[in-house]
This record gives sequence, structure tokens and C-alpha cells, in this order.
Amino acid sequence: MADVPRSAVIGRDGLDSLIRALSARGRTVVGPTVRDGAVVLAELSGGDDLPYGWGVELEAGRYRLVERADGAAFAHSAGPQSWKTFLHPQRERQWTADRDSDGAMTFSQEATPAPSYAFLGVRPCDLRAIAIQDRVLTGGPHEDSNYRSRRERALLVAVECTEPGATCFCVSMGTGPAAGPGYDLALTEVVDGAGHRFLVRAGTAEGASLLDEIPHRTADPGTRAAAESAVTAAADHMGRTMPPVDLQALMRGTLSAERWDDVASRCLTCGNCTMVCPTCFCTTAEDITDLTGDHSERWRRWESCFDLEFTHLPGGPVRATPHSRYRQWATHKLGTWYDQFGSSGCVGCGRCIVWCPVGIDITEEAHALARERDAHAPAEER
Amino acid sequence: MTADPAGGTAPAPGEDADGRPSLAVWKFASCDGCQLTVLDCEEELVALAGAVRVSYFLEASTEAGEGPYDLSLVEGSVTTPQDLARIAHVRRVSRRLVTIGACATAGGVQALRNFAEVGDFLSVVYARPDYIATLADSTPVSAHVPVDLELRGCPIDRGQLLEVITAYLAGRSPDVPRHSVCFECKRRGTVCVTVARGVPCLGPVTHAGCGALCPAYGRGCYGCFGPSDSTNFGAFVPLLRRDGMDTLDVVRVLRTFNAAAPEFAAVSRREEAR
Repeated sequence: MADVPRSAVIGRDGLDSLIRALSARGRTVVGPTVRDGAVVLAELSGGDDLPYGWGVELEAGRYRLVERADGAAFAHSAGPQSWKTFLHPQRERQWTADRDSDGAMTFSQEATPAPSYAFLGVRPCDLRAIAIQDRVLTGGPHEDSNYRSRRERALLVAVECTEPGATCFCVSMGTGPAAGPGYDLALTEVVDGAGHRFLVRAGTAEGASLLDEIPHRTADPGTRAAAESAVTAAADHMGRTMPPVDLQALMRGTLSAERWDDVASRCLTCGNCTMVCPTCFCTTAEDITDLTGDHSERWRRWESCFDLEFTHLPGGPVRATPHSRYRQWATHKLGTWYDQFGSSGCVGCGRCIVWCPVGIDITEEAHALARERDAHAPAEER
Repeated sequence: MTADPAGGTAPAPGEDADGRPSLAVWKFASCDGCQLTVLDCEEELVALAGAVRVSYFLEASTEAGEGPYDLSLVEGSVTTPQDLARIAHVRRVSRRLVTIGACATAGGVQALRNFAEVGDFLSVVYARPDYIATLADSTPVSAHVPVDLELRGCPIDRGQLLEVITAYLAGRSPDVPRHSVCFECKRRGTVCVTVARGVPCLGPVTHAGCGALCPAYGRGCYGCFGPSDSTNFGAFVPLLRRDGMDTLDVVRVLRTFNAAAPEFAAVSRREEAR
């Protein structure tokens, strides 16, 4: 290990070399690419697939691609999907059962080998989101073995944020814009008079050996300084903030706030926020039988707490009103997630704000709840 | 015959010597598109014919078997006095009655008459209006007889139809989610046409089931499956206006195949009165 670099600089086209090196190791490389008016996550075959020269303009309920003169590859923030699309896929077969002519049943667990992914362009907020899903899906007594197998085989190439969007608030959630632990490689993009390049740091032995395999040069002080200042500057222009209070306590203390009625009047209960959230993990079971009645399959698919069916018991849905469903989602994400999993369920990526058709903003709701609580608190507690 | 969790309302089952349940497919006021979806189950047709005895299906065979029938699929809306008598008969001879498609579940596009005077149409369309016996409104089957399950869509989705039949055969509840089309867009990875391009889309208020077909091709949802089980038009209509629809556009987009679905009809009437 002594001979492989722990940090280095690669040129603009070093990403192409990286993608090819990852593919040569048998990995399915997934990263950002432009499709249907957005930067989506899809399989990459080379550097040309990356969104060089594309940025995004984000607002609550609005997403627009914009061209950039500097040709940067990672000047966009979180898009419509997250890595859970690959690690925790929307629909997955769990097992199949067959009945033979004697009536004997055979059950077989799904045994498809997990793909060996390499994720290129994992943002610091999403790095944390993956760690949160690790805790949820593999950290308890009933682990999701399929998730674990995909996760253990996945290689993560993080990209630090230098261009946060107007809906980003990772600083409030303590997840970015610098990359935390968990990556194999971390990149920081620098575009200035000295050229278009990436500072690369290795977080694991496999990351270091990859870096050794692609054309690189020694990390020069100028690039190091430019990368560091770009990330520091990003922290200063977050588009959104959470109120600087204990959010868990805020959620616990505002369960009967009037604000929930207000947001319920705007909420479509369409489920988009949960589908785009990188930590929302809920699923439902789907049983399939065929026309012969001798073959059946159990599938699991994404479900949402905004679906009436989600809490349907014999007496009807437990959370029948939009009020109760939005409140459940927000208080779980920001509050009871701590009780259940020991952390916040929100990483500040802003996806739920952007992809809500009516632009409901979880930070705005939290601020409003904090104001309502303060207005009702006795003077000495303020 | 397998257990019937919802409980049948009709008489003795119509199993044949092989123990296969009998299937009937009925047509009321409709375009036949949903019946064709049954025939469109090409790969499964042989297995289907092995699992059920197709007793009555005039679209496929003129040989009409005697009832009663275990499972009736009913296409079309009720629009004539004869329909009233016939749907009562279908209910009487059907152990399980499933309505298929927007006509049978909401009145169909022909329910546009519900928003006007049917007599005005008669005098314009027919040379001898006095020959025509019709009802003032086009109504769903459920307005006249108890229905065990409604399958939405214009037309219905082939996969959902097979799901209903296989669930029936296995004696389990069919998996027919009633949430919004947005769920299906996100699951299949379609970029939201409203958020990314400002395209008006009925997805957030429309019942899932089509697999979010139109947005996958860059179009807004047309609401073919009618309202979802959880709509908020007070918040939704301003979104259509923001994306360029005026009052007439809003009324028209809600008055297509599911014009008379109660939620769609209430909003289109309210918008029209603005």
C-alpha cells in the first residue's frame, strides 16, 4: 500500500479513465447523465455520458437544466433519483413457490447475484443517506440480505459540492458540502485559470489502487487550496436552512400545531416526496399467482406513508387525513427517526422540496412550526 | 371452487365438470376497447381458457352459455331503459361482478351528456328522435347494482385484468393500488414533466394502474383511470393554471373518459361556474 497514492490530481478526461477502469474491474458504473430535461442517474459507458456543461436551477416544485460556460461535470445538485434506486430497488422478487403434481410445495429464495456497482458522483448528503439506509436495512435484528449484498459490493466515488442548489440545506443537517466518511474515492472539481481538474482522495485500499491505475499527477498546493476554498464557499451559499433548534424536540412539541392544517391544505398526498427521498425505505408486499395456481411469487415494492393503503387495517386507514399523513412523514423524518435509528432521517438534499409538484418545503414548515411554538411559549421560555 | 372472500350475492356457482369457474363478459354503452383487452392477453389466453370456462363473451364467440356465471366482467355504462333491466339481470346471474373500464366505473366519455340536456342532442343527431329511447344520464354500473370490484382505465390495463382474474382463482384480494400516478412515475424513473418542464399533468390526482404511460413519453397524464383515492383539487387546480391552463382548459381536461366521476365532475362544475 505504501506505493499507491492517497491523493492526487486527475485531468478533465481522468473521469473517462476512471469509468473505464471501473468497468474493466467488472463493475456496473452508475452516475449522472442528462436525460428528459434532468440530470438523472444511469449506467455510464464513458466520460462523454457525464453532464459536462450542465447546471440546474432549482426552486420549490421547479427544476430546470441550464447550460454553463465553464464545462463543469458536477455543477448540478441532487436530481430526481437517489442511489436507493439501485441499492433498494423499487420492486424486487423475494421468493417463488411452486406446487408439483403431488401437491408438494417448493419454496426458493431469489438467488440472483447482486450487481457490482460503482457509483460515480455520490454527493456528501447522499453518502450520509446511504449510511442511514445501511442502519435501517442492515443494522437491526431483521436485516435485508439483498440490500446488504448489493451494498457490500458497491464502490462509492463521492464528489464534494461546490455548487449547492437553491433548495439545498446540508449544512443545517451536518452532512455536507465536504464528504464525510464512507467513500472509496472522493473528488473535488476545480475549474479555474489553471484548467479543469479534480482533486482526488482515496478512502479505501480499492480506491487507492484505482487512483494508481488511472493517469494522475501529484496533488499540487494550488489545486488543493482551490478545492478547499470551493467547498468552504459552498457551505456559505446554501439555498435553505433548517431553524437552528433541536428538530427532534420541535417535532415532539408541535404535534397539535395549527401549521399542520395549513400544510395539509396544500398537500396533494401524491407521494412524490417519499419516492425521491434518499432515506425513505418503506415497502409493501405483493403476492402474485398465475392462472394455473401452481406458481406464486412474493415481490416487494416501494410504498409510501402518503398512500391510504399504507395504514389500512380492518377498520380502515389509520392515517385517513392528509394532515395525519404529512405530519407522520415530517415528524418521522426529523424527529422520531432519532428514537428509531439514532439519527435524523433528513440529510438536507432538498429533493422533497424540488419534486413536490406544489412546492411544499420541509424547511419552511419547520421554521413555521418553530415560530408557532415560540409564539405560544411562556415568555420565560423564549 | 375456491373461497370467495368478498362473499357472492348470486346463486349457485356455474362450475363445469372440470371444476373450472365460468366467466361471462358483458357489454353496455362502450367502445369495446376493454373487452378487446381481454383478447389482447395473447400469451395468457390459452392458460386463461384452461383456468376458466368462457361461457358468455359475444365479442369472442356467438355461442352463449347458460348462466349463472361465477365471474362476470362488465364493460360499458348504463344509458338506456333496456340497460337498466339488463344490468339487473347480469347481477342476478353473476356470483361475482367486476366492472371494467371508465364507462362501467364512471359513465365514460358518453357521460358528457350529464352536463347538458340529452334532448338537445337527440334533435341534432337523429333524423327521427322519437325512435330513440335513452336516459338523461350515462351512469356507472355501481349506480344500479352492487359491484364487487371496479377496474379503472380507458382502456383497462391488461396486467391488472389478469391480476383480478388470477386473484379470483386463488381466492385472494387483487392488488389494485388506488394511489396517484406519481407513485408509478417515480417507480419507473420517469422525470416529472410538471416539475422539470412545466407540463400540466393530472398524475397527482389520478388513480394509478396504467404504469404512468403518458409521462414516460413526455406527456402529461390525461386522467384515464379517474380520480385517485386521495385528491386535493383545491391545491391542484392552481397548479394547472400556473402551467398555462385557463378555465376552459381545466374543465375540458377533467371532462374526458371520467367526466362523471364524482370528484372530477364536482371540480369541473365548480370551475365552469367561476
